Amino acid sequence: MPFVTPATLRDYDVIVVGSGAAGGQSAYTLSMSGARVLMLEAGRNYVPEHETPMFQTRGEAPLRGASTPDKPFGFHDATVDGGWQVPGEPYVNTTQEDSGRFDWWRARMLGGRTNHWGRYSFRNGPYDFKPRSRDGLGFDWPLTYEELAPYYDKVEMLIGVYGANDGLENTPNSSPGCLLPPPRPRVSDLLIAQRAKKVGIPVVAGHRAVLTQPLDHTNLPARLHPGNHDAQRIIAEHMRTRAACFWATPCGRGCSIRATYQSTTVHLPPALATGRLDILVNAMAREVTLDKRGLASGVSYVDKLTGRPGHAPARTVVLAASACETVRILLNSKSSGFEDGLANSSGKVGRYLMDTVGSSVDGQIPLLESLPPHNEDGASGGHMYAPWWLYGEQLAGKLGFPRGYHIEFGGGRNMPSLSTGAGIEWLTGGSYGRRFKEDVRRYYGSFVYFDGRGEMIPNEHSYCEIDPDVKDRWGIPVLRFHWNWSEHETRQAAHMQSTFAQIIEAMGGRVKGPVLTDGAQAIAPGGSIIHEVGGAIMGADPGQSVTNQWGQTWDVRNLFITDGAVFASNADKNPTLTIMALAWRTADHIVDRMKRREL
Amino acid sequence: MDEPLRVDRRTAIQWVLAAASAVPFLQRRASGAAATPGTRGYGTDPDLNRTYLPGELWPLTLTPALRSAAAALCDVVIPADSESPSASAVGVVDFIDEWISAPYDTQQADRKTILWGLAWLDAESQRRYQSSFAGLTQAQKAAICDDICYLPEAKPQFADAAKFFAIYRDLTAGGFYTTPAGTRDLKYVGNVPLTSFDGPPPEVLRKAGLGEAPRT
Repeated sequence: MPFVTPATLRDYDVIVVGSGAAGGQSAYTLSMSGARVLMLEAGRNYVPEHETPMFQTRGEAPLRGASTPDKPFGFHDATVDGGWQVPGEPYVNTTQEDSGRFDWWRARMLGGRTNHWGRYSFRNGPYDFKPRSRDGLGFDWPLTYEELAPYYDKVEMLIGVYGANDGLENTPNSSPGCLLPPPRPRVSDLLIAQRAKKVGIPVVAGHRAVLTQPLDHTNLPARLHPGNHDAQRIIAEHMRTRAACFWATPCGRGCSIRATYQSTTVHLPPALATGRLDILVNAMAREVTLDKRGLASGVSYVDKLTGRPGHAPARTVVLAASACETVRILLNSKSSGFEDGLANSSGKVGRYLMDTVGSSVDGQIPLLESLPPHNEDGASGGHMYAPWWLYGEQLAGKLGFPRGYHIEFGGGRNMPSLSTGAGIEWLTGGSYGRRFKEDVRRYYGSFVYFDGRGEMIPNEHSYCEIDPDVKDRWGIPVLRFHWNWSEHETRQAAHMQSTFAQIIEAMGGRVKGPVLTDGAQAIAPGGSIIHEVGGAIMGADPGQSVTNQWGQTWDVRNLFITDGAVFASNADKNPTLTIMALAWRTADHIVDRMKRREL
Repeated sequence: MDEPLRVDRRTAIQWVLAAASAVPFLQRRASGAAATPGTRGYGTDPDLNRTYLPGELWPLTLTPALRSAAAALCDVVIPADSESPSASAVGVVDFIDEWISAPYDTQQADRKTILWGLAWLDAESQRRYQSSFAGLTQAQKAAICDDICYLPEAKPQFADAAKFFAIYRDLTAGGFYTTPAGTRDLKYVGNVPLTSFDGPPPEVLRKAGLGEAPRT
């Protein structure tokens, strides 16, 4: 009976709050290593095998699948009870201006955001852990790339990531046998790669958590769990049940054949199979409770089904609730000796909130018009990408902004949607009738997009705190956000715009809309890329950080954080893979300390 | 990624803000409004695995007279040709009715534009030809639509109608190409499981100027 109720809780070594990338990895590693774990999830249970709309067309959805406030990423997106606004769960911004706002995405469902994420899985490089040492800005992490590298290897082997080892600067290779082969490029990928090269931009295989072939269930289990035969047997069995990608259906809907990484299809099934993981859904965590010694004694929560308060005790608490939700729990955990919230003696809880710098340009490419019909669905997301390529110029001060970005791009004959044939007057001069139908046939598949994903440097003006007045529907005080991009970010966004226009022009294409030279206009509002990290950063100095390199809070030795809150910087690399690598490392550390009876 | 995901982040956030500004200031600081007050959308946890028909989630709007104008305009935008049927023949009018009847802010804004525009079309048809729009000849319909089909070149007195036409053309196109007939028209051949993904065939590479590019 792995799904428990408030009445059927047992004794646990560890409570994990959250079930996404961080919670899933934490619970997986802990339960596979012998710990008894209770997972609290604020949303409902979610079963991808039954609930995922795999081959539904947009025509089968309300409003042809359009984005709405109820389903911001479109009707068929996997997200349940989530979005930048969640009914009954408000938050506060001090301004509604684009430049000063943080929009907080949540997904109230088992597996959280991992059910719909883009599956882009990049490693931070050596520079990314020591950014302050390199250029004097932001903070160094209290660990090195080399220390985390073995865990990147493990996570890639466990979840399955396609990619190639290109040996590019600050873009690490994986150990042999970790990566799956990348999918073949689409025609737009090949054209972009060819023309980007002419303007000095390298384009290489993308890295995404999609199985391009079945996982090697014979050899990987021993590399993942050396000496732990039970764990090896369980994960081998689960690897056999995951199918490889069948090259259809958008990953954002989730994957019923378990070909992509979702916590619900990859982490939780083997963890449940150990018999040592219990999951309590609809449990909205409120506070970490303390015992008389000042150690964490468990977590108080609200049972959303009944509205009743509950408490789950454990020897150790792991917060993996998402960066901002973890901050909220800490700040709401007030007690004698912790009047400003738990683990906050540094005053840094809530500080240094970060998102990713995002900016986009679309183009139309005559060379891609009227191509012979062929299937371009592929692995649904990007097959290739361009890692940051100007490290040297940047360090020499030639760019006017200190940190880099990578480029995600795509194009092709996608499954028709509401945007097919829409907004093309700039190409057609306003055609309608038979000519319009000819125009749509001609231009279908000829559009490309470029999304920049860049590093934001933590600053003093981007943070969250508890609002003194507003509470959610369960009476739990909510977060209030303060946000500010610096010129480090806005100049980078302007650089993205001019770079993408340059690539489109090198392809012989036309840029859609204006190329923005004002970075403040070009940059997507805070929170819109949904890479929230920071808020409880790790460091070497207890006065300047919330946790040590093990995600262990300086103030409460049996309280750990494994989500993005501990990030001391937010490299351009999408954070999910790093969250999982850190969570695995922290969970190993917890198990070691438990074996030594230090927890 | 799923297309709506990429296109609509900024738009989606704007909707969130629009919803926030629709409630009184004290509540706005902590907005949670999703749909227009008093009506309901499909909620944040709908069944994703079934097919939805226009009219089953919220009541439809168009009267028989408006439907006939809507159908006539759909078929001006997308008439039948040798490749595929007309928009109205595959249910696009029902989709447009579903769209303008939906409780969300974007659709409510389009509702105003489209109801105004359909009325304008009939009034303009009466003024020029003493007939409803649906009753006009192809040439008469074209004479009106030529004046409103391209906003940047529309005369000032046709600017509002041109804005309406642009929205209506987009919805007609999106509605049409998401039907099986529209999808066949574009020769979209995906959304089927494959045992391997082979990339573009040689003739595609040749046509795109990539020669026999090496496959990585």
